[in-house]
Amino acid sequence: MTALAGCLLVSSMLFAVGLAGALTRRNTILVLVGIELMLNAANLNFVAFWRFGPHAGAATGMIFVLFSIGVAAAEAAVGLALILAVYRHTKTTDLSQLTGRPQ
Amino acid sequence: MASTVWIFRYLWLIPALPILAAGIGALLKQRQRRFAATIAITSMCFSFVLALVAFAHVLLQPERSIFNFPWMQFGSEWVKLGWVLDPLAAVMLVMVTFVGLLIFVYSVAYMHHDENFTRFFCFLSLFAGAMLGLVIANSLLLLFMCWEVVGLTSYLLIGFWYERPAAAAAAKKAFITTRIGDLGLLLGMVWLYGQTGTLLFYDHGAGCMEHTALSLLATQTVGFGMAASTGIALLIFCGAVGKSGQLPLHVWLPDAMEGPTPVSALIHAATMVAAGVYLVARVYPLMSASSSASASAAASGAGGGALEVVAWVGALTAIFAALVAVAQDDIKRILAYSTVSQLGYMMMGIGVGGVAVGVFHLIAHAFFKALLFLGAGSVIHGLMGEQDIREMGGIRKWMPVTFATYAVGMLALCGFPLFFSGFWSKDAILHAAYGWNGSRVPFYLGAIGALLTAFYMTRQVCYVFFGARRRDPAPEPIEPSETPASDPHEAAHESPAAMTTPLLLLAGFAVLLGFIGTPAWPWFQDFLDMRRAGLDFGQLAENGLLPLMLVSSLLVFAGLGLGWWMYGRKPIQRAANADALEQLQPAVFHALSKGLFIDELYALTILRLAWWIASTANWLERWLWSGIPVAVSALTKGLGWIDFSLDRWVVNRGFDEGCDGVADGGRLLARLQDGRIQNYLRLLGAAVAAFALFLLLGHRG
Repeated sequence: MTALAGCLLVSSMLFAVGLAGALTRRNTILVLVGIELMLNAANLNFVAFWRFGPHAGAATGMIFVLFSIGVAAAEAAVGLALILAVYRHTKTTDLSQLTGRPQ
Repeated sequence: MASTVWIFRYLWLIPALPILAAGIGALLKQRQRRFAATIAITSMCFSFVLALVAFAHVLLQPERSIFNFPWMQFGSEWVKLGWVLDPLAAVMLVMVTFVGLLIFVYSVAYMHHDENFTRFFCFLSLFAGAMLGLVIANSLLLLFMCWEVVGLTSYLLIGFWYERPAAAAAAKKAFITTRIGDLGLLLGMVWLYGQTGTLLFYDHGAGCMEHTALSLLATQTVGFGMAASTGIALLIFCGAVGKSGQLPLHVWLPDAMEGPTPVSALIHAATMVAAGVYLVARVYPLMSASSSASASAAASGAGGGALEVVAWVGALTAIFAALVAVAQDDIKRILAYSTVSQLGYMMMGIGVGGVAVGVFHLIAHAFFKALLFLGAGSVIHGLMGEQDIREMGGIRKWMPVTFATYAVGMLALCGFPLFFSGFWSKDAILHAAYGWNGSRVPFYLGAIGALLTAFYMTRQVCYVFFGARRRDPAPEPIEPSETPASDPHEAAHESPAAMTTPLLLLAGFAVLLGFIGTPAWPWFQDFLDMRRAGLDFGQLAENGLLPLMLVSSLLVFAGLGLGWWMYGRKPIQRAANADALEQLQPAVFHALSKGLFIDELYALTILRLAWWIASTANWLERWLWSGIPVAVSALTKGLGWIDFSLDRWVVNRGFDEGCDGVADGGRLLARLQDGRIQNYLRLLGAAVAAFALFLLLGHRG
């Protein structure tokens, strides 16, 4: 197995873990955690394809991922703020109760 | 080649072992107390032995060995890290591991009743590892990383009892205040990297503390006749000011006493706060490059170098903190202000006399201040959490060992002549300050500071150990603050052997250490400068040293005598009685007990400014920036109303009917949209999976 394949395997496993978390958890924050995991799996793919790709000398992949991490941090902040706002409104973070319909 | 010696190759183990212990400690369960303490102390023992071997190696071969390795590639450049073993690092390694080991042992007894015992040892080990890494770092970058980890553990340990609001606030204050200094350090680091292209201290001639880079930096000017090296050195000094509690960033250190007492002893007296002094000593070539350049350019009136700033800040801090310590009532706060003051002495020593003078005081201070803090911890332990010295009194009868060792530490701190380490190290600083060509004022400040030191320590000892017990001997248990107390009905008692043994060892060193740095046999100073020392009693008579020693001894005796006359002559009867100094000068005493209102000043200026900026931004956000969208939305609303009317009365109902049809279709589809977000995600996942399957199978076919 090549190093690239190994990286891709790890990242797909990470993605699968993240997806499973996002699908099965009822707590909004844990769903957000799952989403972050999936995002990082994508980041890992980025770095892997860059590192083992034909243009590993230029730091493009790393810069991309750094941006992506930066955006992810901002996104996590927004997501948590939204959860906080929703929680203040509904007093719950249980997704099964957050259906957008009148209770 | 010295770098092939095994101890040097494995120098990284010294910081790595405690960090490993911290890692294991972090995984332990709360009740695995014995294992947590064992692993922390064992790792510290190994580090101590390795540090001793390293020290012996440097002792036999007094030279600087370095080991650099590439860390990561950024663009086309390799960022390098490395470690260095020279006399300065070796001395610090032995001091940190030895004092750390004693305090670990002490903590086992002191924290015995705390339910978060394992967490405490995990943090302590992490701190020790980071501090040792800081000491051996050969790269400003590696030093900075360890520096920040040390700051983090300081935060964690000050806030160890985070249920207490005061502890949580003190932890935040310490973290934020030191960040201000660290910002300067980071800027200095970036600037240095931009100018020299390396952050290694020593790299066989290519490091930033070596001649090539320094002469480059010293010749560049950046404005106001200041050399680039001065600017960088001052920025780096900012970090040291924050970490070592110098004016004006000293405010966090007294508050840091909210942490457990072993933490105060290890982190906020002996080692971490000395990291700032160590940093200044480490970048001393950079500091002195600027001052020697400005000395050569003295004719052009170029301003003082970085070292002058260091000396002045140190001298002012020394006298300021000594003044404030006079009027404190908390046993640990007195010691905290005393630490600030002594750190000022160290900075002043480096500023006026070079690395050896300051670092000698650092090492001597580490031992006797750790001793004093552990002694204070023993007193607090024996009195079931009492910290107010007005409530104590007469403890020497109950705690003879604590009293004897505390007295040794107190005399060492005061600089009692001839037999205590503090005398020799402080005298070296005063002597260097006396001969400093910049100004005589730091010397006078330091001399008055020495008098005040003797005075406030006498006051504290009189309050705590002499006179009669001023509190009910059977106190009710105090809230679970500093209460490692065993039996609330027991009167004051001597502490267990695990606590008194470190005290005795430290007391021994507080006395003995002085004799390796006397003017007659300046072994320590010569060791740091990598020279062989000779015994020469003639040195004592040279350079007006003897009169100076006489003067400083007289000052110490004056301070001790004044303290005894005011506090010890007749025993203090009741805790509620006003302080003797308060009776003389109530206004002055009040100002001093409030720390000369520095906290209040910051609250009125910086915090008020920050609050003002925030509320202005809030107002702008609320009224100005959201006013534009409101106007736009009103406009849109008007247009929308026109559209709406047109739509309603001009477009015929047939269109509405069509819309109804679409709406019915939509309602059908809306059953899928049940509002449960995870169903949507599931659908999405299934679709992606199906798509991937399709791609895979399509590829095969």
